[in-house]
Amino acid sequence: MNIIVCIKQVPDTESQIKIAPDGKSVVTDDIKWVMNPYDEFGVEEALRIKEKFGGEVTVVGLGPKRVAESIRTALAMGADKGVLVSDPALDGSDSLAVATALAAAIKGLSYDLIFTGQRGVDDDNGIVGAALAEMLDIPNISVVEKVEIAGDGKSVKAHRPVEGLTLVIEAALPALITAQKGLNEPRYASLPGIMKAKKKPLEEKTLAALGLDPSQFGEGARKLKIVKLTPPPQRNAGKIVAGDTPEQKAAELAKLLHEEAKIL
Amino acid sequence: MSQGVMIIAEQRDGDIRKISYELISEGRRLADASGQELTAVLLGSNIKDKAAKFGNYGAGKVVVADDPRLGQYTTDAYVSVIAQIVKASDPAVLLLGASFNGKDLAARLSARLGVGMAQDCIQFSMEDGRLNAVRPIYAGKAYAKVTYSDNYPHMATARPNVMSMNAPDESKTAQVSDASFTLNDADIKTKIAEAIKDKSGKVDLTEADKIVSGGRGMKGPEGYGILEELADLIGATVGASRSSVDAGWRPHADQVGQTGKVVSPTLYVACGISGAIQHLAGMATSKVIVAINKDPDAPIFQKADYGIVDDLFKVVPALKEELKKMM
Repeated sequence: MNIIVCIKQVPDTESQIKIAPDGKSVVTDDIKWVMNPYDEFGVEEALRIKEKFGGEVTVVGLGPKRVAESIRTALAMGADKGVLVSDPALDGSDSLAVATALAAAIKGLSYDLIFTGQRGVDDDNGIVGAALAEMLDIPNISVVEKVEIAGDGKSVKAHRPVEGLTLVIEAALPALITAQKGLNEPRYASLPGIMKAKKKPLEEKTLAALGLDPSQFGEGARKLKIVKLTPPPQRNAGKIVAGDTPEQKAAELAKLLHEEAKIL
Repeated sequence: MSQGVMIIAEQRDGDIRKISYELISEGRRLADASGQELTAVLLGSNIKDKAAKFGNYGAGKVVVADDPRLGQYTTDAYVSVIAQIVKASDPAVLLLGASFNGKDLAARLSARLGVGMAQDCIQFSMEDGRLNAVRPIYAGKAYAKVTYSDNYPHMATARPNVMSMNAPDESKTAQVSDASFTLNDADIKTKIAEAIKDKSGKVDLTEADKIVSGGRGMKGPEGYGILEELADLIGATVGASRSSVDAGWRPHADQVGQTGKVVSPTLYVACGISGAIQHLAGMATSKVIVAINKDPDAPIFQKADYGIVDDLFKVVPALKEELKKMM
């Protein structure tokens, strides 16, 4: 079973987000870049499936050269090889452009299953996975918290929670699955794993090498255009409810919610 | 030229979901602002009689795709049929709900149509004939205002519970018509093998009107009992902070925040939650926030409309009793 995991690099979730002077991007100076947390679940699940069925796990990353560090992290966890799609022309691309470049990089590879994170915790768009499946003409199952591969390795059953329900969705392979928290607990890379990762193949590809026209990518080619970024509306601290005992405070709060906020 | 506003309604088991009326109401406002027509699209099985009511909320036309294979949502069938409807009527704006299925549908549909898509938006406007949308990014640590290239339709999903709903007007009716489409069984590559109902039977956090949430201050899984009782009384869904989910006290589905669910209820009661930046990002669009925490310096108090500095194990049961008296 050959599995591809797509990863992106995002600011660590501890990061404070500051808007850059251009008003359209964020300040990246103090940001610690990490593998998108949802992609880590994809890497871990791919490794577990490989341990059961054999085959190879290929990690495909897209972005600036620093993304190579996150690919190495996945290789240290146990993935076999990496591909980095990197080209200055990709800077500022939207989700569809990213999916187009990933599809071109993946088309030449052999795969039964593809994992992506259910969304990047930066843009929060959650489009690339489904768009990539569309471009590769394979089924996608989104936001999955449990994956069961059939014994013959030919189909998958994926558990997808929606409002109030968990849908168990079945598809023949190849298929694309987007990983949700709860899918697994990603392993840490071991020291020998880190040493081995240094020798694993990591191929770098430009848009031209993938047969793509760089003018179709980047800020200028965006179909979804950023007008401006703003800080979220300020929420000011409200009132601290007074009272001598917890009971008095609770009574006062109940009154405030009823009479002032008018919600209960 | 692309013309008109189109919304995709949502149903489950033949029941129209609330987000559909939120979308019609918002679609009506955008159509009025730009002098365009509003068309609602409804997919389902034996669903046509549910479409007339859409007129009450402001839809001028409803296009219905009725087929046994559309009774339950599957990505492939829905993308195929909606892409055909969109191509036939060429709308300028296409809105869907940012529900679990809506987000999945919108993502794949945008790739099939080759158009820009903005997920989980909280505000829309028409500016110079173009859709503009505001969407939280970094789970709400920043807001992005976005617009689109000249590729139509301009697509977006709307976050549930955010768009205000028009009061239904029964004198207004919609013109209902059947969609023309073809659907091949071979094109539907996924199958729903099973649908397992959640044991709680509660509204999902993403759609909940009220949420009672607990963090590390709950001290353990058994601590949530008092939150469940309060939630049952006021019709709320119980949420949790990341630390309490990671500790195994609550399931992953309950997590609110940057790596969990982003919520916007009318009332959010945070109990024993200090207010890590990732958590605050996920609940800051709640209308009224209540914080109950022993630590007066907890960052959550900076976001709360009402704060109680005290032992939550005493405050929460007392609050429940007080509210019971009022009801």
